Amino acid sequence: MLLKKRTLIPLLLAGAMLPGTALAKDEFSVCWSIYVGWMPWDYGDAEGIVDKWADKYDIEIDVVQINNYIESINQYTSGRFDGCTMTNMDALTIPASGGVDSTALIVGDFSNGNDGVVMKDEDELAEIEGNRVNLVELSVSHYLLARGLETVGLTERDITVVNTSDSDLVSAFASSDVDTVVTWNPLLSSVLEQPNANLVFDSSQIPGEIIDLMVVNTETLEQNPKFGKALTGAWYEIMATMNGSDDPAKEARAHMGDAAGTDREGYESQLANTRMFYEASEAVEFTRSDKLLDTMQRVAEFSFKHGLLGEGAPRPDVIGIETPAGTYGNEQNVNLRFTSEFMQQAADGEL
Amino acid sequence: MKKFINRHPNQYGRWVLGILPFVLLLILYVAASNARLAENPNDPLLPSLMQMGDAIQRMAFEPSKRTGEYLMLQDTLASLQRIGIGVGVSALIGLIFGIANGAIPYIRATLSPLIVGVSLVPPMAILPILFIIFGLEELAKVMLIIVGITPFLIRDLQQRTLEIPEEQIIKMQTLGANTWQIVTRLALPQIMPRLLATTRLALGTAWIFLIAAEAIAATEGLGYRIFLVRRYLSMDVILPYVMWITLLALMIDFLLARISRWRYPWFHASS
Repeated sequence: MLLKKRTLIPLLLAGAMLPGTALAKDEFSVCWSIYVGWMPWDYGDAEGIVDKWADKYDIEIDVVQINNYIESINQYTSGRFDGCTMTNMDALTIPASGGVDSTALIVGDFSNGNDGVVMKDEDELAEIEGNRVNLVELSVSHYLLARGLETVGLTERDITVVNTSDSDLVSAFASSDVDTVVTWNPLLSSVLEQPNANLVFDSSQIPGEIIDLMVVNTETLEQNPKFGKALTGAWYEIMATMNGSDDPAKEARAHMGDAAGTDREGYESQLANTRMFYEASEAVEFTRSDKLLDTMQRVAEFSFKHGLLGEGAPRPDVIGIETPAGTYGNEQNVNLRFTSEFMQQAADGEL
Repeated sequence: MKKFINRHPNQYGRWVLGILPFVLLLILYVAASNARLAENPNDPLLPSLMQMGDAIQRMAFEPSKRTGEYLMLQDTLASLQRIGIGVGVSALIGLIFGIANGAIPYIRATLSPLIVGVSLVPPMAILPILFIIFGLEELAKVMLIIVGITPFLIRDLQQRTLEIPEEQIIKMQTLGANTWQIVTRLALPQIMPRLLATTRLALGTAWIFLIAAEAIAATEGLGYRIFLVRRYLSMDVILPYVMWITLLALMIDFLLARISRWRYPWFHASS
């Protein structure tokens, strides 16, 4: 027995590093991390809504919370999960540029003030020139900053970016060395509570550019449309439950607030800065718009400039991004797809 | 027939046996990497040796397109400077307080409980306090290393000082030495090689704190680069960096061991 164990463990370790296969199957797992737009997955999991929809399509879906956002995307990219929550930019720079063909199954919301640039004592973004700016480098915060700098005629050359861990950003702002940070909620509201903190730019000034998605493996989705249907069906049932001012909606939001480490009021104030697509039809319209295609081009150009598409990438359009309105970049190498197919079915009540 | 416990590999046997696990690991890695890359040529998780070679070439031998600096050199110098100052200052504080605590009962009674207490506080748990006191720049990174390893150094050197044979101290007193002379002429020379030995042990911890500090807030450094490219799972950069850190740590350890043998041969002869 002992000998068996000894040989088994290295074999298991080696096996875990091998690629998974995306054949037709009936057990799936998706991961999510704590963020205002993804808390509904926790509610849907706890209340059995995801299970109910999975049962309807005769499959099983395991919903797993990962405490570290980047780690959750890395786990998805390495094949441990069939789907994961992430933003449009990270979907492009991590799985898509890592060669994992990914589909944005559900466009959940976009940040409408949930990400912001905060300065101490100053209240004009133009005053940022020459500052050291603390943020999570290469994240959507970095993108937001670059977009903000454009609006005041500056570039990243005019400032110094200091990569700072998100878990330490709030306490970093309290230090006298730090006078500018870029971050997201709930960190943003904690930073703004500190004296002399001024919000000088936020994502409501670039609406629809920082998008929160449920991204799934394209191959898995193609082989198993049931997986997409069950997830989408569950999502819009959660949306219908949490939207509104009746008691079940309040309870749902209280649950999500609790799971996010705040309460219903705190969660609702984050929702106020988030443009949730409660109706599938709104998400469909957004996904089909030309604006999404423009946004993804902008994001691809930003990512290329910062080496996020791989150091060997020759041009920003090396990775094809397909949206219902058209395709940006290399059509032979489409690795990120936006689809309105499943959301349309939800809107039509066909799920 | 000789019992297994009494059989020794010869010189070549030792080499072969020592290298064997490394070779096996390498084969396992290459096999797993090939299998993943066959399925998805862009897979970032287990890059091929060639991809890692390209990454080393790019990071170490070509100036960065954006800044024109040699990134790996810049990162290495920044990290070495931090760990050098951090460990150097810690060793100095450890030496002074270790000997003082060990040699002088009044100082030991006052400071020893405090140092034991402080040594048990995990520094990473009180980071916000460290930020407010030391800011977020170079000082903070060096201080994290100092806070992390100094209490351990002091405690160890205090113990080593207490282990100095009582007979030697009495003998010095009969020869008319005062407290200062006993400390500088008896304790200090005996503790120096032990300081080097303890510092070698503390280096592993110092590297952990250095990487942690660079992950928290930095613009350059080995830990900074690893945590930055981790955002897009660039293992072709991370794995060579990890090997480089291991090699640097090994070289520093070797250097300290050699200094100790060169300066304090009597210590190595007796132990």
